[in-house]
Amino acid sequence: MQIKESSEIYDVIIVGSGAGGGMATKQLADAGLNVAVVEAGPFFDPADPKTMTQLKWPYESPRRGAGTDRAFGEWDMSYGDWEVEGEPYTHTPGTIFRWWRSRMLGGRTNHWGRISLRFGPKDFKGKTRDGHGDDWPIGYDDVKPYYDKVDKLIGVFGTNEGLEDDPDGFFLPPPKPRLHELYYIEGAKKANVPVIPGRLSMLTKKINNDRGVCFYCGQCGRSCQVYADFSAGSCLIFPAQKSGGKVKIFVNSMVREVLTNDEGKATGISYINKEDRKEYELRGKVVVLAASACSSARILLNSKSKQHPNGLGNSSNLVGKYLHDSTGAGAAGVIPGLMNRDVSYNEDGVGGMHVYSPWWGDNSKLDFPRGYHIEIWGGMSQPNYGFGWNQGDLNQYFGMKVGGYGDSLREDVKKYYGSVIGFGGRGEGIARKENYCEIDPTTVDEYGIPVLKFNYQWSDFERNQAKHMQDTFEEIIHNMGGIYLGEKPGKDRDYGLNKPGEIIHEVGTTRMGDDPKTSVTNKFNQLHDVDNVFIVDAGVFVSQADKNCTWTIMALSWRASDYIIEQLKQQNI
Amino acid sequence: MDRRKSIQTLILGAGASALAFHGCKTEDRTPNEEIITSEDTKYFGRTPKELERIEKLKAEQTFNEHEMETIAALSVVILPPKEPHGGPIEAEVPELIEFMSKDIPEMAPTLLGGLMWLDHKSNREFGTEFKSASLEQQKQICDEICWHDTEVPIDDQPLEIQFFALMRNLTVTGYYTSKVGIADLGYKGNMPNVWDGVPQEVLDKHGMAYDPEWIAKCVDQSKRGVIAEWDEKGNLLT
Repeated sequence: MQIKESSEIYDVIIVGSGAGGGMATKQLADAGLNVAVVEAGPFFDPADPKTMTQLKWPYESPRRGAGTDRAFGEWDMSYGDWEVEGEPYTHTPGTIFRWWRSRMLGGRTNHWGRISLRFGPKDFKGKTRDGHGDDWPIGYDDVKPYYDKVDKLIGVFGTNEGLEDDPDGFFLPPPKPRLHELYYIEGAKKANVPVIPGRLSMLTKKINNDRGVCFYCGQCGRSCQVYADFSAGSCLIFPAQKSGGKVKIFVNSMVREVLTNDEGKATGISYINKEDRKEYELRGKVVVLAASACSSARILLNSKSKQHPNGLGNSSNLVGKYLHDSTGAGAAGVIPGLMNRDVSYNEDGVGGMHVYSPWWGDNSKLDFPRGYHIEIWGGMSQPNYGFGWNQGDLNQYFGMKVGGYGDSLREDVKKYYGSVIGFGGRGEGIARKENYCEIDPTTVDEYGIPVLKFNYQWSDFERNQAKHMQDTFEEIIHNMGGIYLGEKPGKDRDYGLNKPGEIIHEVGTTRMGDDPKTSVTNKFNQLHDVDNVFIVDAGVFVSQADKNCTWTIMALSWRASDYIIEQLKQQNI
Repeated sequence: MDRRKSIQTLILGAGASALAFHGCKTEDRTPNEEIITSEDTKYFGRTPKELERIEKLKAEQTFNEHEMETIAALSVVILPPKEPHGGPIEAEVPELIEFMSKDIPEMAPTLLGGLMWLDHKSNREFGTEFKSASLEQQKQICDEICWHDTEVPIDDQPLEIQFFALMRNLTVTGYYTSKVGIADLGYKGNMPNVWDGVPQEVLDKHGMAYDPEWIAKCVDQSKRGVIAEWDEKGNLLT
């Protein structure tokens, strides 16, 4: 089979169209560069009625919203989840990592929680702070101007609170708290846990004339048809095209490797067209990888050549190493004060929390080095498949029998509707060299590309942090007059600590640094080994913070894009 | 069938606070051109592959006519219909159970086995199949299997108890995810809205109040259509 080569030479080839790839597309196309975007999944526009799930009712589907074909329920706007048909991954026995992939234009940004948190000054200097992990080669001051620009370009609601490690920004006004969130504020304050308005990238107010304003359906996970939430397609790639940028999008195109010449410089990429299952090549002056932390590592490791026998950019042997996800643990409580609710009003709100708790603790006095924040859910939300499931079990907490049938079931449903409040702790785990992904040469995906093998284990730092989360949740539930649901997970269940990968914040596989022996890219996301290859996804993170990673991905992608434009101008690359 | 509605029409229906907001709007401040709501039972946002699987499942059949009638009979004993919002039949609970038995095939043996158990029991006790038994007789059978010990995992309990628990779950979830069930529940969302906080009478009922300092930072919905501008310190000017 002859590989089909295109004659056009692009200024930049961007692999992946999510947060990092979308931002690079916008910045590089706006600068007048000729850009090719290569996406493994199909085209997706949140405004297309044919693919839209927003404002659907459960009864429009024969499975009423069940999550049989999409892990987060059938309305969730992610094509692909921890499993993608035809694209397996493997594990070192005894370890686990659950790898989420969204195969579509815009990637995971179409369904994500839109929690948009800046890292704080301490988050870039972990080792200096407590001796664990490593410091970033950059600090908050390097990234701040880009966070500011991202705030203004994309839009995020929140409030300036003057908190050192949860920096102020350019916020849209937040929505008022819902009833269960008022209960949370009271309960948390009694436990000396601070609560502030949420910080999410949804437009509570107009930000430009191209995007609509939130109409409070609570369904950001379904991707917003009026572009009132952030998705990389609707907010970065389409605007780049609309303003006249040269953006050519290749969809259903699975990148296999980065191509290099005799000098070891990148000349383009090769990809499999999923429709005809043939391999194609694209030529470009610069290659930008934004395929997600693990996918970009996979592409680099699969890009072996005479000049790069260990894989591209891997002279340090660190590609794939230092993989780490956010920690997570959850709990829920039933709150008697929220039983038998008044259902006379629409409580959907935005698709996420109106309030949250940033980390408040002093880790020097705790048995784990890094913090976490608390996300809150609850309220009178849309019933979907699973609604009312084991509803009667709640009766056991009120001294009543579990089971039965008849009119009492209706009464139970109404009694408990909106009375359960849940918590998600999202924290920082320590980046470790021993947690990694590598190529499994024994297994290929359905496109013939060798797959990733994962090796990941939590340590006691993460377990101790999960224990602290559980104790905090329990205290807050009690302070709200509520009852902790189910059995509080103990040591035998790692205190409910989620499996690695389940929080879907994986970072660190191509980390940045000043020393080419201990890092994969420099502080401008440029491979130490190959100066015309850049990584603009979360692979470059030296450490996760107790924040979510998307806002930092976009700030760093914008910063790297400015650097690429500058380097091209100076003819350095 | 696709149905397009303008945001104006929908907001008009959304209540007094929304009306007040509507009054403030000027032409260039309209936040959204139009919002599509559709009841499209053909696509409902499925990918071609997902649709194909649904069509395949629909072409298969788990329950025969008698079993479907038994499911219907049991579902109305579990959740008796009530005016004005009907019950499991109006909510198409039996159809949901048929589909889910193929979508999550692990459920099928419990459901099929449980239905056989129901008829066996009814025949032994009353000399008739469950669906033809009197309501009193049906209840007598259900009374034996509708309670379970929460200390023991459900999978470790007798099949007929697992069956009843599963049927109860499917019936309740099926009813409350239907048009009639959602009306019975009183859920008011899944439509364009302008969230401006918990209504005062609800706050009062719960003895809750908004912190004035907190609320001062929240969105002024009369200015949501005005493009955001900030000073260099991040203070919102508009």
